[in-house]
Amino acid sequence: MKTEELTINFGPQHPSTHGVFRMILDVDGETVRKVEPVIGYLHRGFEKLGEYKMYKSGLPLTDRMDYLSSMSNNLVYSRAVEQLCRIEVPIRAQFIRVLMCELNRIASHGMAVGAFAQDLGSTTPFVFAFRDRERILDLFEEVCGARLTYSFIRPGGVAGDLPEGYEKRVDAFLDIMEENLVEYHQLMTENEIFQMRAKGIGFISGEDAVSYSLSGPNLRGSGVPRDLRKDDPYEIYDQLDFSICTQGGGDVWSRYLVRMRELEESIKIVRQIVEKIPKTGEFLARSPNILKPPPGEVYTCIESPRGQVGVYMVSDGTDKPYRYKVRPPSFIAVGALETMMLGVKVADAIAVLGSIDIVLGEVDR
Amino acid sequence: MNDFFTNIFFMVLVVGGLLITLSVSVMFILLMERRVVAFMQDRLGPNRVGYEGLLQSVADGFKLMLKETIIPAHVDKLLFFLAPFLVFVPAAMAFAVFPLSKKLVAVDLNVGLLYLLSLSSIVAMGILLAGWSSNNKFSLLAVIRLVAKNISYEIPLVLSTAGVVMITGSLKLSAIIDAQSHVWFVLLQPVAFVIYFICALAEVNRAPFDLVEAESELVGGFHTEYSGFTFALFYLAEYVNMIVVSLLASVVFLGGWQGSVLPGFIWLFGKAFFFLFVMIWIRATLYRFRIDQLLSFCWKWLIPICLVNIALTGVGITVWQSYFR
Repeated sequence: MKTEELTINFGPQHPSTHGVFRMILDVDGETVRKVEPVIGYLHRGFEKLGEYKMYKSGLPLTDRMDYLSSMSNNLVYSRAVEQLCRIEVPIRAQFIRVLMCELNRIASHGMAVGAFAQDLGSTTPFVFAFRDRERILDLFEEVCGARLTYSFIRPGGVAGDLPEGYEKRVDAFLDIMEENLVEYHQLMTENEIFQMRAKGIGFISGEDAVSYSLSGPNLRGSGVPRDLRKDDPYEIYDQLDFSICTQGGGDVWSRYLVRMRELEESIKIVRQIVEKIPKTGEFLARSPNILKPPPGEVYTCIESPRGQVGVYMVSDGTDKPYRYKVRPPSFIAVGALETMMLGVKVADAIAVLGSIDIVLGEVDR
Repeated sequence: MNDFFTNIFFMVLVVGGLLITLSVSVMFILLMERRVVAFMQDRLGPNRVGYEGLLQSVADGFKLMLKETIIPAHVDKLLFFLAPFLVFVPAAMAFAVFPLSKKLVAVDLNVGLLYLLSLSSIVAMGILLAGWSSNNKFSLLAVIRLVAKNISYEIPLVLSTAGVVMITGSLKLSAIIDAQSHVWFVLLQPVAFVIYFICALAEVNRAPFDLVEAESELVGGFHTEYSGFTFALFYLAEYVNMIVVSLLASVVFLGGWQGSVLPGFIWLFGKAFFFLFVMIWIRATLYRFRIDQLLSFCWKWLIPICLVNIALTGVGITVWQSYFR
């Protein structure tokens, strides 16, 4: 019997492409034989645009890159500018920054596992994740008025101080979240079909993951214990007690488990911050409105929910960066997609895509 | 001649009544599904149109009727248009044989059970045609899955009812119900009951066996290219099929219309309603199987268990007849 491979075009308009991602799949029946990711549908030229903006005005562009964890993007951009201009960040501001980033991590990881569950065919975890994310967004709205594009963390500190009683409300949220995590585990981790679907597909070995320079949960899911929060502590992470979550499996299931455990770790971190945060102090260092850093270059990176997000910036002494480049973890994860996807079934191809948790705003910038 | 027209008149009346009843009940089941799933997912669901959203499905239905039915250029037009009817008509035909109470039954076929089981295969043919004539790769993948799934799952579906037929000695639905006047078959055939329900879920393409629609992978599966009225027909047929398998489950395993005090058809629909609720519940909880897991689950577990069940039933019947009678 004569058989033929079928070429299927997934996306850019497709329910499970997490934005406007496009995959060209060659399938033999249901088995994937070739994967070609096509990106660029959300390209807005933020890196070039950033070179035409003054240092402080370039910040809102970063919100729109990884729109599920804007706080991390704000932070890494601000840190790059601070290092260029040698601005000292007040200690209370550093605490607030880490507090926001970790809350954002909870929201982002929740979304990641929820969307992953939806890729596997159940809508309930996704809605639950959205419900809990809503609570975090309310907390963000309270400090900066925005729910998605915060621009809250700025060069020199943060945009505003925490309102009265904010710590209490964060604590109350954490209590709810801890309870709900049990529900998450019942719905997803303990579900027989979920395990059948997630285990053993989308494999990538630790060595491969390192050579593709994967980072974040995608790398830690392959058993490589790398986390910038521990390896190269920035802000106040060295004062906090938490552990790096790794799973050795290298498959979709391991990456999922890493995210679930990081949710727990983040809750732990936020609890410590709420306890340790200095009650008084500056929240924003004084700096001129128009920054003119001395000529030089800087690369700074932090651990965003998606992995190592870095900013490379070159100053030529004017009020605008000469060169501005972002290292986007999602973009790099797309590169490793083919290794993970070859030989899986069509349904699992979607699961693999969901498990690397890419945000197209960041892939294309 | 007069007789002929009277017959036609009554036929139109009955069929029209059936269609209206079906559409209305599907509308409310649809609403129930959306509200129940919403409740399970900690949200509100549609509650704006009419009191508590009671008219939501009516509004949706009207919207679908008024929309243009787009027939894409690359489809096989005749089959494309025929397919939704081929799905809906057998689903509606099933209602001819259900005994609603002791006397209220349209046609008491002596092969009623067989008739119902074979109708569900014709539905699959309709879906196959829809996917094939769409000339869409997603639809094609969906119907490949459908064929594999239906061939596999119809075996345990039929086998699971075989035990009941062996005990009753008849394929007539009213005879099956009569045989349950002392004890419901769910107690005599619990394993067969569970297997029947699993296979029924697969038969009507509900979660966790909704691979044929598989929104997250195949966009809409077989109905990706359908819109407007034709899409509404598929939707209607899916829910009518759900009602049919639920009714059949209540007839074969839960004693059909039998029950005290209330009239028979209320008992029957109450039991069917319970199954519909369970289906909705399952949809809110479970994940979708992968095609290979789906098939190996059927061939490695369901069919062997069914065969063992049939053998044990045979032994049981023999023992019963030779020692206790």
